[in-house]
Amino acid sequence: MEKTLRISKIRDGTVIDHVPSGKGIRVIGVLGVHEDVNYTVSVAIHVPSNKMGFKDVIKIENRFLDRNELDMISLIAPNATISIIRNYEISEKFQVDLPSRLVGVIKCKNQNCITNTHEPVESEFEIVSKHPLVIRCVYCERTMGERDIFS
Amino acid sequence: MLKNKSIVSIEDVDSDDLNDLFDLADSMLKTIEKGGSTDLLNSRIMATLFYEPSTRTRLSFESAMHRLGGSVITVSDVKTSSVAKGETLADTIRMASSYSDIIVIRHPLEGAARLASKFANKPVINAGDGSGQHPTQTILDLYTIKKETGSIDGRVITMVGDLRYGRTIHSLIIALSKYDVRINLVSPQILKLPDYVYTKIGDRSRIKEYDDLSSVIEDTDVLYVTRIQKERFTDQNEYQSVIGSYSVDKELVSKMKQKSIIMHPLPRVDEIRPEVDELPQAKYFKQAYYGVPVRMALIYRILGE
Ligand SMILES: [Zn+2]
Repeated sequence: MEKTLRISKIRDGTVIDHVPSGKGIRVIGVLGVHEDVNYTVSVAIHVPSNKMGFKDVIKIENRFLDRNELDMISLIAPNATISIIRNYEISEKFQVDLPSRLVGVIKCKNQNCITNTHEPVESEFEIVSKHPLVIRCVYCERTMGERDIFS
Repeated sequence: MLKNKSIVSIEDVDSDDLNDLFDLADSMLKTIEKGGSTDLLNSRIMATLFYEPSTRTRLSFESAMHRLGGSVITVSDVKTSSVAKGETLADTIRMASSYSDIIVIRHPLEGAARLASKFANKPVINAGDGSGQHPTQTILDLYTIKKETGSIDGRVITMVGDLRYGRTIHSLIIALSKYDVRINLVSPQILKLPDYVYTKIGDRSRIKEYDDLSSVIEDTDVLYVTRIQKERFTDQNEYQSVIGSYSVDKELVSKMKQKSIIMHPLPRVDEIRPEVDELPQAKYFKQAYYGVPVRMALIYRILGE
């Protein structure tokens, strides 16, 4: 517990907890955090956890996540918990939920897929399996694993 | 039940539908052989949109529709006429579905037919999308196996050639995995069956991979040969040696069972020598011939009473 406290409390923003140890950087990646963002992001890596052994924790100040971002996090960290902080208080806390379909969240890895053209459709995937993660493009029917999705 | 349904993938057709289509294709075949046509789909219109040339598939769809008493509208060169103007496939499909009762589409991109089925308010049949699905070819392949060997269950099916890019192979393997068959895959290393096809098959234990035909040829009931495209090879010497070692000639066929059959989705280049054409095992022209009754059966089940 002591180690998580090393990251100071945030006034407003989002805390992503219970991310599998080592996956925190990947979460930051899909949230599009880069050097010229206008908000502060703290990442604690390899934090001791009663439940998980070790975990990563991410705190993002003054930023809240949309549906697509939550869907992406659920792919990387199916058991992550999200706390929304307002005025130093947890105003909402929930677990991410892997949806049965992912719409408009990720691009199909298949370069020859019709969704990678200028057609008026969003990408759409069905979840074939959660462990290990396998998703299938509803259009070209190709399957993608975790490595394909995040590379 | 296929009524008003789009057929994009072979998985859109369940085994009851398949058995029904095989029976109906038998009776369509009888009609054709009597020299007759039908007026089953009198005044119904099929639109064919081929973004990629395929003489055989197109002719057999159009012939099937005419023999059912319907008519066909087509864009002679859809690629230059609408793509050049920047029209999306979605818009072309909306237009085509307002002029017709059923749409047949072939497109170079995977997923194009699924997209078409979402924008059309009429049923869509996929006549091949990129290296993806080609379900009517699969149905006619299954029909040929059943018709020419008496059954699909119990057969040993050996597929040889380009197993990596060949869409007919992928659909056929997925469809066959629902039958009690053994499948031998014979291909050069660089043209092996891709993993994503394996992930669609529940039980992989009845599929085995081999480097050459000699160890499986005597056991084979159905030899399914596909074309190996020159363009797949960067080294033309390698192409020559591969094409040499996979070609089917009289000597190879002499090792096959008398009642076995040889199939090929056509067009062939060097994979099957012309000397094989006259042998009793050669069924590839028969297979192409079955394309019309099988497509008649399918179109009728989608549009008919
Ligand atoms: Zn796709």
